Amino acid sequence: MSVFTAFDHPYFTHALLAGSGIAAAAGLVGYFLVLRAQVFTGDALGHVAFTGGLAALAFGYDLRLGLFAATVVFAVLIGALGSRGRSDDVAIGSVFAWILGLGAFFLTLYSTRGAAHGTAGVSVLFGSIFGLSAGQAKVALLAAAAICAAVALLARPLLFASVDEAVATARGVPVRALGLAFLVLVGACAAEATQAVGSLLSLGLLAAPAGAAHLLTARPYHALALSAGLAVAEMWAGLGLSYAAPRLPPSFTILAVATAVYLATLVTVRPRRGRTVTSRAVRGNVPGWPRL
Amino acid sequence: MARIPEVARHRVPPQATTTGHREGGEGVVSLRRAAVRVGGRTLWSGVDLEVGAGEFTAVLGPNGVGKSTLIKVVLGILPTAAGEVRVLGEAPGRAGHRIGYLPQRRNVDPSLRIRGIDVVRMGLDGDRWGVPLPLPLRFSARRRAARDRIAEVIELVGASAYARRPLGECSGGQQQRLLIAQALVRGPELLLLDEPLDSLDLSHQGGVAALLGRICRAEGVSVVMVAHDVNPILPWLDRVLYLAEGGAAAGPPQQVITTRTLSRLYGAPVEVLRAGDGRLVVVGGGHGTEGGGGHGHHHELD
Repeated sequence: MSVFTAFDHPYFTHALLAGSGIAAAAGLVGYFLVLRAQVFTGDALGHVAFTGGLAALAFGYDLRLGLFAATVVFAVLIGALGSRGRSDDVAIGSVFAWILGLGAFFLTLYSTRGAAHGTAGVSVLFGSIFGLSAGQAKVALLAAAAICAAVALLARPLLFASVDEAVATARGVPVRALGLAFLVLVGACAAEATQAVGSLLSLGLLAAPAGAAHLLTARPYHALALSAGLAVAEMWAGLGLSYAAPRLPPSFTILAVATAVYLATLVTVRPRRGRTVTSRAVRGNVPGWPRL
Repeated sequence: MARIPEVARHRVPPQATTTGHREGGEGVVSLRRAAVRVGGRTLWSGVDLEVGAGEFTAVLGPNGVGKSTLIKVVLGILPTAAGEVRVLGEAPGRAGHRIGYLPQRRNVDPSLRIRGIDVVRMGLDGDRWGVPLPLPLRFSARRRAARDRIAEVIELVGASAYARRPLGECSGGQQQRLLIAQALVRGPELLLLDEPLDSLDLSHQGGVAALLGRICRAEGVSVVMVAHDVNPILPWLDRVLYLAEGGAAAGPPQQVITTRTLSRLYGAPVEVLRAGDGRLVVVGGGHGTEGGGGHGHHHELD
């Protein structure tokens, strides 16, 4: 079986279209997620996506409705609980374990309805990108395009607010509103990525390409584009690998490629001083105000 | 939050030297009987201050007395409880695009992988929506002007050698110079600095202080600077605002930093000594009494 026969199968074309869009959105959002040291928030929203998706299935609604509604609502909640539009570790930690438990409850509720429903939990957790229909792929692609457009619109003030909150505030940048809008984008992105690689693994798509891009260039807009480009390339490579070796699930191959690229970057590019980028990147330079 | 007119936000500022000294009349910053309350507590009241164009003013006083708060009041981030505040002839917060601001900060995280020049650029257009389009420079006069202005201001602060390095990899003094460049890039008439020398070691303190003095003198930018130690900036100071528990005093440094004035402000005997090299040393309490607020007996003016 050759990779070139892949395009004869509609499921592969759908996966490639939806996957490209989802990866691009995850790469763009991921760049800011790493910059703002909010990777953990992305993880929490992945768990929320799991619960939202299964809640929708349990109550007989479309899976995607549950994914997006849950992640966007919780993104707003996390932003509101945390201070100044940045999410707070304690706020996330105390909520998201409970959310995951709730997901287990909805999973039981749904899977006891019928034998065919037994695999729903697995496909939400680990993704089923080769199972997307033409309609699902189209919606995923459109949603991804909307996320990308929103990131492009917010990019410059969001960068300013992420790097230098106090000065941005003084310059009239709506720092808090931007933080909240960004969390909503992270939520939407987690819902999107769940359809591709599953809610548990969506974090990899958000963090790995962005982490590599941060290491590869210190020019913010180059890094932003590179992060999206890497994510899309890793998605293509992962889909191709999984097609060529059907025993390997696409979620595994996509994230294996993404992680390999990140590790290769980590080994070859060494920041001259300091640690890797996934640490609490920028918080250290933002003074809590009013601090007298 | 100030809505800055579109034209003003997008224009590339004129050469800082052309803004020069503004003629006549109104001061750059003017506080009259101003008071501020934070969390139900009055931090300071009855503060009078007039900062003229091109003047260098230091805001001094013990920790917790509200020096940073004064900067936030001038920026329009915090409201006053009483009195009148005018900044560049307008209400605070209305002239944000004519003010450069350097907040108090600890060192930038070493892992911050963004170049100094990009951080400087944020001062110029960081508040605009969208992303800069990757068009070649020759198609955009505005982008060329922006590039030239950024290069000019980086040259002014002497940061050309390391402006293309990630900010997190620069030393504290280099970071401070780049952040001063960010505050200057729009050619402000007023520069507000909150303890810019605090995170620097002694050798860098002198260099950055000299840079600020030069910006003030040569570029005609009014500087209001919260300082922990007055000595590095003493040669450039026109005016001092000393805040303490017992009130506030403003005027030329040699009139404010005196045994009599500071003893009155602290409500306790305080002695100002002049060291052989001209540096000022404040010695608190002749009889084992402290100046309040956890002040030691022998310290530099803080």
